[in-house]
Amino acid sequence: MSGAVLQHLVNQPYKHGFVTQIEADVVPKGLDEDVIRRISAKKNEPQWLLEFRLQAYRHWLTMKEPAWPNVKYPKIDFQDIIYYSAPKPKSQLKSMDEVDPELRRTFEKLGVPLHEQKALAGVAVDVIFDSVSVTTTYKQRLAEVGVIFCSFSEAVRDHPELVRKYLGSVVPHTDNFYAALNSAVFTDGSFCYIPKGVRCPMELSTYFRINTQESGQFERTLIVAEDHSYVSYLEGCTAPKFDTNQLHAAVVELVALDNAEIKYSTVQNWYAGDANGVGGIYNFVTKRGLCKGVGSKISWTQVETGSAITWKYPSCVLLGDNSIGEFYSVALTNHHQQADTGTKMVHIGRNTRSTIISKGISAGRSNNSYRGLVKIGPKASNARNYSQCDSMLIGDACGANTFPYIQVHNNTARVEHEATTSKIGEDQLFYFAQRGIGAEEAVSMIINGFCRDVFTQLPMEFAVEATKLLGLKLEGSVG
Amino acid sequence: MSRVLLQVQGLAAAVAGVEILKGIDLIVRPGDVHAIMGPNGSGKSTLAKVLAGHPAYTVTRGRALLDDHDLFAMQPEERARAGLFLGFQYPIEVPGVANSTFLRMAYNTVQGARGRDELDPLEFDDFVQAKLQLLGIDPAFLERSVNDGFSGGEKKRNEILQMALLEPRLAILDELDSGLDIDALRIVANGVNQLRRSDNAIVLVTHYQRLLNDVVPDYVHVIDDGRIIKTGGKELALELESRGYDWVSEEYRSRQAA
Repeated sequence: MSGAVLQHLVNQPYKHGFVTQIEADVVPKGLDEDVIRRISAKKNEPQWLLEFRLQAYRHWLTMKEPAWPNVKYPKIDFQDIIYYSAPKPKSQLKSMDEVDPELRRTFEKLGVPLHEQKALAGVAVDVIFDSVSVTTTYKQRLAEVGVIFCSFSEAVRDHPELVRKYLGSVVPHTDNFYAALNSAVFTDGSFCYIPKGVRCPMELSTYFRINTQESGQFERTLIVAEDHSYVSYLEGCTAPKFDTNQLHAAVVELVALDNAEIKYSTVQNWYAGDANGVGGIYNFVTKRGLCKGVGSKISWTQVETGSAITWKYPSCVLLGDNSIGEFYSVALTNHHQQADTGTKMVHIGRNTRSTIISKGISAGRSNNSYRGLVKIGPKASNARNYSQCDSMLIGDACGANTFPYIQVHNNTARVEHEATTSKIGEDQLFYFAQRGIGAEEAVSMIINGFCRDVFTQLPMEFAVEATKLLGLKLEGSVG
Repeated sequence: MSRVLLQVQGLAAAVAGVEILKGIDLIVRPGDVHAIMGPNGSGKSTLAKVLAGHPAYTVTRGRALLDDHDLFAMQPEERARAGLFLGFQYPIEVPGVANSTFLRMAYNTVQGARGRDELDPLEFDDFVQAKLQLLGIDPAFLERSVNDGFSGGEKKRNEILQMALLEPRLAILDELDSGLDIDALRIVANGVNQLRRSDNAIVLVTHYQRLLNDVVPDYVHVIDDGRIIKTGGKELALELESRGYDWVSEEYRSRQAA
């Protein structure tokens, strides 16, 4: 029971690494204003959206890649990326049955059925393949209660006033390097609108799949919850195994109005590269929620297991009085994976509250950093934050770091930060072994216990999936 | 004389290249309670860990048989399933894992190895409640995370609870008394006495005599510098209490010199 057993436990082959052979409509590599105009034209976009893109692109040209994250990678050549790749549509889809059978098989293989009859009861799915949305299930039923759930492109076409009002309102194109890039080239994503007083009758879910080797994925998600509404949204993602790195730079914007609640859950399983750190996704994502209304609530739950590099900080801006922000995270890194992830809780309104529960698990030679900002503005009287950042190390070649930033400009605020580091080493495994329990079961038990506070926040099916996923990812890491 | 449960012969073991045990001989029969005493650093806890198979220790010489099975040919979990139980001096904490879940998994694993039926959560609850009652342990123990936030006394009681559930052939209890006040010690000792049977054996590794007032041993061994240098009855523990260890060492040295 030594390094070898732990190693074996953490090293499980990636099961989603296949490529689908499908004819794609591709804009050649590289990025300039022409490419952006071509993307916009392909999507029949209105002029204002093209302007939005071009403005973002011009600003992006003035920006530099952030150098502060605690991750290392060779410089990205942004001219060597395909910015638009779409499975060639036969024609406009009328129903699920018209989806290309090859695509349908792909998603069945991934466990994401596109047939509503076969779909998980009570979950509507929007499926994004490379740059475009393939299909959205349960649209009809959602429409009956006034919920709009569709691809971003459809939203631009059918609900331009809503998109125009909120696009960039939470993450402006000037926000950061990758948000600017996304604003210039984003191709599709999900849009979701919950009208006043509506409790969305089912979970909404988007499944992202990168398929083309040299393409980047730049999706845009926008969720707006009107007064007194509620929605729970799930996001899953996978990619084939390639020995080159692919860039994923998404932007997610959430807006919660008076007394609205948005629960956003992610199980991220992008290809992480092989055991030697070759290949894998660069996951550089900007996710932010604006608690705009009084008493509103935004809750992020993420289980991050994939990607060669993860750089993301799902955040909450607590503008409305009495609003609440929550962040529950499990980030697991193995082999040569690197993660610099955490959250920002920006308290602006009075009596705002935030909770941060972060669990970092590092195995192999990976490096896992928590980076979090808690900012209490001058007007945020009686603001409260509780942060708990726990790190767990498996083996002795990995690293864990915590970078908490706390800025308080109001002396009525209460901010608490707790952090622990623990290790699964031979003493832990020996204790279990002495009770007859083998290393594999021991690790799974310890990890699930460690993550329990986060898993309990996930919707049931996702919690089961997340538990299994961690088990798979850790297979071979104990010793 | 009944048959032998544990037989240790000429056992030497090292950690990080340093030899700690230098030739231990020990015979334990069913129904016996043995106390292994000695000064700090003498090797008594090492003996416990080596028998249970802690991976940091390497056996360099000798052998150990449990019910005629070669212990050193078995993985630590196999030794546990074969009926060897180690009560830890410092039990580890497992936050987020309910004690009941952990106990049931341990129980079912060991039962499975003995060819007996596993218990589902409800059946296990009935079974464990009876043990709790026997040992005078609060049922709230089951709902808490394994050893997480437990006091020193609670951790040791949890070890005894595990011993009660797993019904080992041989229980080695390492420094059961460390960190306990008099009351906690008595509760734990009573638990151990409840579990004494004619077909199992207990080895107490302890620095102090006080535990042996409550769990009365049949044999007392003094270990020093990796060897057992004296063996006696329960009265030897009392003598050590009043005179310390030095005289035993001197006696041993002069015997060796002669």
